[in-house]
Amino acid sequence: MPRIQLRDLCGARSGDKGDISDVSLFADDAAAYEAIRAEVTAERVREHFGTLVQGPVERYEAPNVWALKFVLHDALGGGAPRSLRADNLGKTFGANLLRLWIDVPDDVAAGAGRRKAPVPR
Amino acid sequence: MTEPGDAGRPVRLGGGQGFYGDGHEPVAALLEAGVDYLVCEALAELTLAILAKDRLRDEALGYTRDLPRYVAAAAPYLLDGRTRLITNAGGINPVAAGRAIAGLAKEAGVSGLRVATVVGDDVRPRAAELGLPDDALFANAYLGARPIVEALAAGADVVVTGRVADASLFLAPLVHEHGWAWDDWDRLAAGVTAGHLLECSGQVTGGNYSGAWWENPDPLHIGFPIGEVAADGTMVLTKPEGTGGMVTFDTVREQLLYEVHDPARYLNPDVVADFTTVRLDDLGDDRVRVSGATGGPAPHTYKGLVCTPAGWAGEVRFGYSWPDAEAKARAALGFVRGRAEAAGLAVDEWHEEYFGVNAYGGDTVDLGPRAVGDLEPPEVIGRLAWRAADRDVVAAVARDVGVLGLSGPPTITGTGRARDGKPTQLLSVEPFFVDRSSVDAGVRVDLQAL
Repeated sequence: MPRIQLRDLCGARSGDKGDISDVSLFADDAAAYEAIRAEVTAERVREHFGTLVQGPVERYEAPNVWALKFVLHDALGGGAPRSLRADNLGKTFGANLLRLWIDVPDDVAAGAGRRKAPVPR
Repeated sequence: MTEPGDAGRPVRLGGGQGFYGDGHEPVAALLEAGVDYLVCEALAELTLAILAKDRLRDEALGYTRDLPRYVAAAAPYLLDGRTRLITNAGGINPVAAGRAIAGLAKEAGVSGLRVATVVGDDVRPRAAELGLPDDALFANAYLGARPIVEALAAGADVVVTGRVADASLFLAPLVHEHGWAWDDWDRLAAGVTAGHLLECSGQVTGGNYSGAWWENPDPLHIGFPIGEVAADGTMVLTKPEGTGGMVTFDTVREQLLYEVHDPARYLNPDVVADFTTVRLDDLGDDRVRVSGATGGPAPHTYKGLVCTPAGWAGEVRFGYSWPDAEAKARAALGFVRGRAEAAGLAVDEWHEEYFGVNAYGGDTVDLGPRAVGDLEPPEVIGRLAWRAADRDVVAAVARDVGVLGLSGPPTITGTGRARDGKPTQLLSVEPFFVDRSSVDAGVRVDLQAL
């Protein structure tokens, strides 16, 4: 199976509540959704974030919008008003998850390839 | 003329604010487009902490201080009954917020405005009984829609609350207009879904969009969201005509799950909503129909948030240029830490970050030999933050940082001026020449006998 980076397959948005970061992954269609559902497990996400996340990770499914939700505990350095991090709200966590590489079926790989923003230099 | 809530006439809700510090201009377009309710959501956990610091300085503060701007913008519409304003801008001091509105009205010579203030979310006086810390800066419960519905029924033009759950600010006018029962769970869930989608202003109309964000039309003039909510709870989400931004399946679904944990159990004070039954239909032309939300009985408890002091923090940032930028930045931060430790300063926590390398990505960044490891970034900014229980310790670390300038690694430089856009007075220096004797003529040596 071809290996692709989530950046080419998904959108992502993250939010915060206390010391919890929540990250949503959005696939573009049902096939891509099934591919991330099979590959992007709570365990893999926990491992991917390493020391950024100190607590457990839970995963929820929202097939109606082809999305997965990850809830990352002890993830924001004690919570926004207490954290020493520059990104005290974890606004970059969604983008950070897009760095993950996963194996996907051929048809999903063929349909992947989200466009990249032009740089107006 | 049909009134909102009449059969066939959806209620139009405008999402006028998504946080304390949001743009004010889009509110005008919402009012011009016509909204029955302008709803301004001003609070986040971090915002409450900021307001707590305000109130420590001045007991008359503790609300979001741009509230009068929203009231002033809406005033003509409030006075002739075209719209009503609902906001949780009261923060941790809704009474003071109410006073600020009254002051504004007096100043502007406005009369006849009915302003309701909702209090009761502050549970700090009951800290001991609730087992909360006795040094809490604030302790608030997230109230639901009921007190706002009561205020609307009493004829309020403006409803100012403290910590009411964000989505409940929008649920309230729907309950009021459509007459939904407090156990009509699916309708209440639809209202919470609507509120959740509308409460972050531009974040549902193209802002923060993770897809082709660069194609978001005219972001400078982004339109804030309007929800047209029918009596059965179905909503069409759109934005004022002629504004920038976009409303699509994609922008709406990104907001649908924002800051939601279990999407099948979104906890609200008035209902537990299931967002996994929600259906989004992109109708084109910046219109998305939202339907199908289901719900179940409300939780027996309110969520609360308590804030206590957690020590002090300081931070510095230095830039270093190629070559060896990362190595130099790491050495510099080690230098500052080392001096503080050698001085015996009681710092409880250090935090190092390297912008340009992995400040945001942390362990998700591949620093292996074939990735960042082999690259030499053209520049790296090192950021060192520290925490201590004692404010003086934090300040002492900061005072010592300057030594790095002449005694640390080479090419140290700055990262710009004010951290948060605050104006800094700039000073110009120019060399000049003056005749010696004209100066000497004014030179005096005064001898004072003591």
